[in-house]
Formats: sequence, structure tokens, C-alpha cells
Amino acid sequence: MPSVVPDADPAPRDGSLPAAALAELGSRPFGFYVHVPFCRVRCGYCDFNTYTAEELGDGASRTTYADQVIAEIRLARRVLGEADLPVGTVFFGGGTPTLLPAGDLERVLAAIGAEFGLAADAEVTTEANPDSVDAARLEQLRAGGINRISFGVQSAVPHVLATLDRTHDPARVPGVVAAARAAGFDQLSLDLIYGTPGETAADWERSLTAALACDPDHVSAYSLIVEEGTALARRVRRGELPMPDEDDLAEKYAVADRLLSAAGLRWYEVSNWARDEGARCRHNLAYWRGGHWWGAGPGAHGHVGGVRWWNVKHPAAYARRLAAGESPAHGRELLDAETRRVERVLLELRLAEGLAIDALDAAGRAAIAAQVDAGLVRAEPLTAPDPRVVLTDRGRLLADLVVRALLP
Amino acid sequence: MATHPTAPQPGRTDPAILRNFCIIAHIDHGKSTLADRMLQLTGVVDERAARAQYLDRMDIERERGITIKSQAVRMPWTVTEGEFAGRTFVLNMIDTPGHVDFTYEVSRSLEACEAAILLVDAAQGIEAQTLANLYLALGADLHIIPVLNKIDLPGANPEKYAAELAGIIGCDPSEVLRVSAKTGLGVEDLLNQIVVQTPAPEGDADAPPRALIFDSVYDTYRGVVTYVRVVDGSLKHRDRIQMMSTGAVHEMLEVGVISPEPVKADEIGVGEVGYLITGVKEVRQSRVGDTVTSATKPAAEPLGGYQHPNPMVFSGLYPIDGDDFATLRDALEKLQLNDAALQYEPESSGALGFGFRIGFLGLLHLEIVRERLEREFNLDLISTAPNVVYRVVMEDGREITVTNPSEYPTDGKIAEVHEPIVDATVLAPSEYIGAIMELCQSRRGQLGGIDYLSEDRVEIRYTLPMGEIMFDFFDALKSRTKGYASLNYEIAGEQAADLVKVDIMLQGEVVDAFSAIVHRDSAYSYGVALAAKLKELIPRQQFEVPIQAAIGSRIIARENIRAIRKDVLAKCYGGDISRKRKLLEKQKEGKKRMKMVGRVEVPQEAFIAALSTSEPGPAKK
Repeated sequence: MPSVVPDADPAPRDGSLPAAALAELGSRPFGFYVHVPFCRVRCGYCDFNTYTAEELGDGASRTTYADQVIAEIRLARRVLGEADLPVGTVFFGGGTPTLLPAGDLERVLAAIGAEFGLAADAEVTTEANPDSVDAARLEQLRAGGINRISFGVQSAVPHVLATLDRTHDPARVPGVVAAARAAGFDQLSLDLIYGTPGETAADWERSLTAALACDPDHVSAYSLIVEEGTALARRVRRGELPMPDEDDLAEKYAVADRLLSAAGLRWYEVSNWARDEGARCRHNLAYWRGGHWWGAGPGAHGHVGGVRWWNVKHPAAYARRLAAGESPAHGRELLDAETRRVERVLLELRLAEGLAIDALDAAGRAAIAAQVDAGLVRAEPLTAPDPRVVLTDRGRLLADLVVRALLP
Repeated sequence: MATHPTAPQPGRTDPAILRNFCIIAHIDHGKSTLADRMLQLTGVVDERAARAQYLDRMDIERERGITIKSQAVRMPWTVTEGEFAGRTFVLNMIDTPGHVDFTYEVSRSLEACEAAILLVDAAQGIEAQTLANLYLALGADLHIIPVLNKIDLPGANPEKYAAELAGIIGCDPSEVLRVSAKTGLGVEDLLNQIVVQTPAPEGDADAPPRALIFDSVYDTYRGVVTYVRVVDGSLKHRDRIQMMSTGAVHEMLEVGVISPEPVKADEIGVGEVGYLITGVKEVRQSRVGDTVTSATKPAAEPLGGYQHPNPMVFSGLYPIDGDDFATLRDALEKLQLNDAALQYEPESSGALGFGFRIGFLGLLHLEIVRERLEREFNLDLISTAPNVVYRVVMEDGREITVTNPSEYPTDGKIAEVHEPIVDATVLAPSEYIGAIMELCQSRRGQLGGIDYLSEDRVEIRYTLPMGEIMFDFFDALKSRTKGYASLNYEIAGEQAADLVKVDIMLQGEVVDAFSAIVHRDSAYSYGVALAAKLKELIPRQQFEVPIQAAIGSRIIARENIRAIRKDVLAKCYGGDISRKRKLLEKQKEGKKRMKMVGRVEVPQEAFIAALSTSEPGPAKK
């Protein structure tokens, strides 16, 4: 969760959603995102909504957190009404979800199941730090119904991890991955970060090779972004670290795509690669495809039927709201038809399946040809049954530029 | 607010109790604060109602801490001490603009007064512009009342600067008054001294009326409000009045004084300062420096000193969005209502499309106009590099006036090029003499002389090509003197010089908006620096963009902007789509502020910032 909350309308105290938005429930997949805002240490590059133990105020702690989220899940049930709404995906993100006391993630998942029912093939993911879980804990998570795990390995190179303030020992990663496999995690993803100041091309190749040696089903590779307000941004501003160079990032993306593809992982979204269709992260795909999800936890974002809302950020404020029987929702946006169309373009274009051309207006369609000529997209003829625009390899690195061109 | 109940009424005020004065001060030396304090002490404005810096009207002036348009406030004052104690006088405080671009307006304001308060910061001493205005005031025969302000500040050095002022104006240091406008200390005594020291105005009450226009302001509701100082006779409500420079006749719809809001009167007489409203809609019809007389009983001779303002600096202004051309034209028409010095005519540029060539009094004038256009009319504008006017003499005898580098002749042989020059005065602590001379020398300056104002402060005089001080001279001067130097200049004719036109090409095409006329000796370094600067300022495009600098067909510098490879955000922040969409909106907003030059998107900043190439110097603002 980012620390910047957009300006928008205040959310109603009871968390209710407009009838028009509720009427769209069921037309798209439904999921839960559960934000766990705790970390053992704060990483210098991270601007997500997360807190170390010392930063938490009264009424907020790791031990009471699960009960608060469960209260929000019950509130979600009241807000969303009685409709049959089986949950297709659950994603525990953070922060570090595995820092919660043993059994808490499982209890939260059970509460979601009790209120809404989990689909038979539900995808249930948790993020984990390689050094925050052991074999026993992994077995416990798997037994509790979590069937997909995403390890934040970021890099296999000690000096890169040190710059990122990551504390884990990269040598431990293969062991933890093996333990996860042994515990029965059939779907396993690794998160990588490229472009950390000081990371050489060889460092990045080493990280990719090390990740691939773990035989993951899925890899996310994100370029490092120096976010305002982070310790990393301060170090860059003081000249202690160089700003990541865009050409270097482009080169590293190309290397990642080459090595991952060679290992049998195919891109399905700009920053995500999967072994096969079944290994794609359905929860993340729902973000790009305009799916519905409830975001539970401090600062979490949700979306139902063109309404986007987000919770108060601080765990103490979050706890107070729920203790008072109020919705933790802080603000929301009611998107009009044009804004929903704009979002479709900027989200769907990032997918390997591409953007359905019906999302473009006349000027946007007219702009396709120039992007094709520039080698940034491939486009099916408008006469095709479901014509789509798909980014080329070069276009993936210029996706935002293409989006602006198609939304003149 | 009504004027003071016991105050003498306008039109029937004995000139013997009138005191007309102005305040000469450098920016930040506390003129507005002192004016506020006087308004409060004289009861014209009460403390609660006192808006900080009451006399500065426009937002831009307030932000920049300068006063562009002067006004005059009538304040009754009953003397509290000395030979006049208990007697009530009328003080007219005439505000003067403080910047080098407005020297002429300053001179007209001074003409309306009998005395000038020379207000100087007791921690900083006199500055070059203040000194220049002091000389103007002495030239206009004004009595000078020297005052040190901010004497309550810990850094104040009143002994030193009283001696300095005494040395400049030839008085005794003990005669220099000391005040703190902020706390009010000494201000009452200053008001008493104004009465004692300022000569009463003199004029012939029975002669045909003559009044000097010292300011002229356009008001949306009232049309032009003209500020005058009556010299002879009187101006009455419903009089038919005549402007002596043009002969134009107007009906006087209203006459009055400012105290500090307008107060209507039946008439204003000899020595009085007030305003006229005639229903004219443009300040050009009521010009500063002109003489107002009666249409039925006109004076034979105007008051002296009228000058038509001539623009010294030209710049092209172009809307980023070509559809805004008509809006820009309308906006310039509106601004001209209030700015008699503003001149413009349409022009077109290959790179920038349709816009206007605009003449300004100076760089500050340019900045103010540009900011007002953007702020008040919501226009996104590109301003091209400002340039001075060159006179080019061809071998075949033709003479071409170049107000835009694109007019620089390319056909035929050039015999001579003449450029305008200025006489510049720099005041600074003497330890910076070397640094200042080095700077002026690098700008082709000719040393005129150096004088010591006090033990450690000097006045340095240079003749400089005006084109050399256009972009960044003042910034360079400030950075080399740790901010201590001050600058004033006035136009001083022209000189022949070895000048050439440097063109800039993007992707092989000349971009006329980047062309500049520079001295041959600095053309190479200019071309190299500008190409490098443009490389920094122009964002990477989908294709490679070569940048070249050339004199005629000879390439003197080249740079290359590599094609962009990455423009995508990696991550979507756990479902925060709103943030991603807002980023897109911001990016699109940024794109709107780009100008398409051929296929290349060039940001607004490139057109003006590209010109400050010669100094690595300080960050602006």
C-alpha cells in the first residue's frame, strides 16, 4: 500500500456502497486483499503502509490485528448484502504477513470463508520474507488453506540486499523454497527488484539465475522506484547513492525477459512472468481486468463496480474505527464512465492478452497506426471479432507512453 | 472610509499647510512598512483595518515585494512637537516604483513632490537603484530627508550608514533620522520633521490649470484613474479637461483624493495631489508625464519633461496551444489598458506558430507581463529569448532594425551592426571590486570609474552592451558578491560591434525561436553551452534527436538526445489504481506544456532557460 492517499470524497461512516456499484457484483471475479502493515525493519526503498513494532501507537499491535481484520470482513458482508459471492482469490500482502502470530492468517482466511464462502479452486496467496518462515510454519500455513506463496527475495547479491535494507541471507532462499515445496505449495512465486543503486548487470543476472535455480512457477520483477519520502530518496538527494538510470533499467528488463523466457516463464503482464496459464496470479490479474475486491486492513484499497475506496492508513486509527463499530474506509472515488474507460486502457494494455479496442474512442483508434509504425504495439484489424492492441517487446518498456498516445 | 473629521477639505486647502513627499528606498528596506505605520499614526487607517503593505495593490507586486504602480495618499497630521505643535497639516505621500525598468515613472512621481525621504536599511546601507533615484530626486530639486530604518535589528550599524548617507547628500550625520517602521519607533518624529523640512508647494491659483500626471491606472469598474499633482489653478468636477500632449478633450466625471480609499471632492487646487476619472478606457489616453489643463481655459505651455516610453527589450510570446492565439490577443489588449509602455504586434515563427512580438521597458517588465498573462488569463505561454534592438547597416546602404533574430539579414553584405549600450552603476563592499570587474570585463564592459562611498563601500561605473546584461548578469553579480552588490543602469546610446547570429537546429531543422545574436568572440562557447543545455532540458523522445549550433552554414557544436527506452511504471501498488490514473493525468498535463517543434516535444522552459548558459552560477530563486 502506498503512503500517498489520493484526494477524493470522504467515505461514508458505515462503509456503504452505492446501489449501482453493488448491482455489478457477480459480473466479475471477487476477491479479498488483506493488508498486514507490520515489518521487523523498515526497508529504505519501501513507501508502503507499514510499521515496525516501535512505530505503532495505542490500540494497534500484531496480536490484536487479526481480530480487527475479522471485524472488517464481517462489515464487508453487511455492506455487500446477502448476494452469493464466493471468493475466488485472497491475497495477504504487506508489510510482512508472516510476522503475525502463528494461526492468525489462517483465522482471517477462515473468517472470509465463513462469511462469503471460498470457491472450490480459490487462489490463496501470502507474501513472505525468506527469513520470516521455517518448515513448520510453512506446513501450518499450507494446512490452514493457503495454497500459493510469494517470497520477497529481491536479489541474490549481498551488497544489493544491503542497499535495500533487506536482512535475509540469500543463501537461505533455496532451502526455504524447498521447504515450501515440501509443505505442499504447488504455486510458488519469487519477487525480484532490479536497478538498485550499485547493482551491476552481472549482479542482476546472478539474481535471475539464482531465482530460476529455485524453479519458481511465477516471477515478478519490479524496477526500483525511488519514492518521495523514503530513506532511499533522501540518500539519493544527498548524493550518497545515484538515481537509477532509465537505460540501465531498460537493459535489465530486457535481460530479465530473455532469461525468464529461456527458462520457460512467459510474460503475462509487464512485470510478471508465469510458467503457464495456471501459474498466473489470478488475484493480480483481477486488478488489471477491473475485477472486484475488498481491501481489508489499514490503508488497503478496494474496488466494486466503479467505486474505489481505501481505508485509514494508521493501524491505531484503523483499530479505533472498528472498535467503535464504524467502517475503516477513509476516502473513495466514484468513477464516471469516461474515467472507467481511461482506467481500462491504462490497465488492460499492460497485459499480454492486450487491450480490447472497444475501450478506445475514435481518436484513440486513429492513434493506433502510429504506434504500430513505431514498433510499440501489434494490432489486430478492426474487422476482427474481438480486435485487440498488444504491446511489442519494445512497447512493454514504453507502455505509459503508448497509453498516453491512445488516450489523446 | 471617510477622511478625518477635522481634516482640511480638498480644494480649499491653503498650499501653506500642504506637504508633498515620496519615499525612495530599495526593495526590502521597509518602505511599505513605513507607509503603513504613517497611515496608522495619522489615523487614516486604524490598526485593525491595516492590511499589511496597504499601498501595494496587485498580487504580483505583493509576492515580489515591489511596487509597480504608484499611488498617493492624503494624510492629515497635527504636529506633536516644536514650533508647529498643535497645528494640522496635510501630508501627501506619493509612492514611487522601485525598479530600474521604471525610471521614467519614478522621475514623474518625484516631480509631484517637494521632498523625498531617503529610506535606507541600517544594516545594509544604500543600494545602487536607491542611489540612482536619489540622484533623480536631487536633479528634481527635492529636499532630501535621510532616514535609517530597522535600527532595532541586531545587525544594524546606524553610525556607519548615517556617515555614509551624510557623505552622499552632504549633511551632518546627526541629521539622519533613525526609525523602526516595524515597531513604530521614531515615526512620529519623522512625521513632524516632514512638516518642518518639506517646502510648501508654490503655484498660481489664478492661472489656467496645469496638473502633472504621475500615474495612470486602469480599473475594471471605473475606467482609467489618473493621479495628478496640481501645479497651477484648480481642476473641478464637471470641468472639460484637455491632455496637452495629444489635445484630446475629456469630461471630468469625478475628482478626489485618496485617503486611503478614494474620497470625492468638488475640486483640487494648487499643490494638491488627487485623482481624476474621465471615462477613458486606456491608460495610453492618459499618459504619465502629460499635463492636464482646462479645455475652456487652456494653459499656454505644458509642464516640462514628458517622454513617450520606448521599449528596450523584445521577446516573442506564443501560446503553447495554437487555439489560444485569440485569447492571447484579447489578453494583451486588456493589459495595454493599464500599461502604456506595452507594445505588441503579431508575428509568426516556424517553430512556434502564431504569436506576438512584444516590446518591454526591461526584463522585470517582461516577467510581470508574462506572469499576469499566465495567471489572470490562464494561458500557457512560451516566451522566446529576450533581445535588444540592433541596427544593421548593409554595404549597399540599407539600414535594418532587428527586434527579432529572425530579421537578421542573410542577403547581402553587412557593413556594421550597432547595439544599444547602458551606463551601469554597481554598489558593493570594496572586497568585491575584483570579482565585479572580472564579470563586467567578460561582458565586454568599459570601466568608467570607481569611487569610494565610505571606507569599505564602492561605486563602480561601467558602460556595457545592453544585450550582455539581459539574461543573467544580475544573478551572476549577486552570486559573485554573496548578494551584496546592487545594480542600476540607464540607456546610453549605441556602439558598433562584431555580432553574429547563432542558429540552433533540431533534427537538422533550424528552430527560429532559439536563434540569438551574440558577439563573435563568444559565439562558439555560446553554441556549445546552449546545445548542452537543450540536451538537458528536452526530454528523450521515441527517436534520436540531434542538436546542432551553427553560424550560417558552419556547425559549431553538436549534441545528441538518445531515444527513450523506458517509460513504464513497474508496479501497481496493491490495487491503488487511483494513484496510477492520477499519475497518467499528471503526465498528460505535462505533455500539454510541451510545444511540438517538428516531431520533437520541447518543454516551455527550454525556450527561456536555455538562454542562461554562460554562468554555472546559483539556482534561480
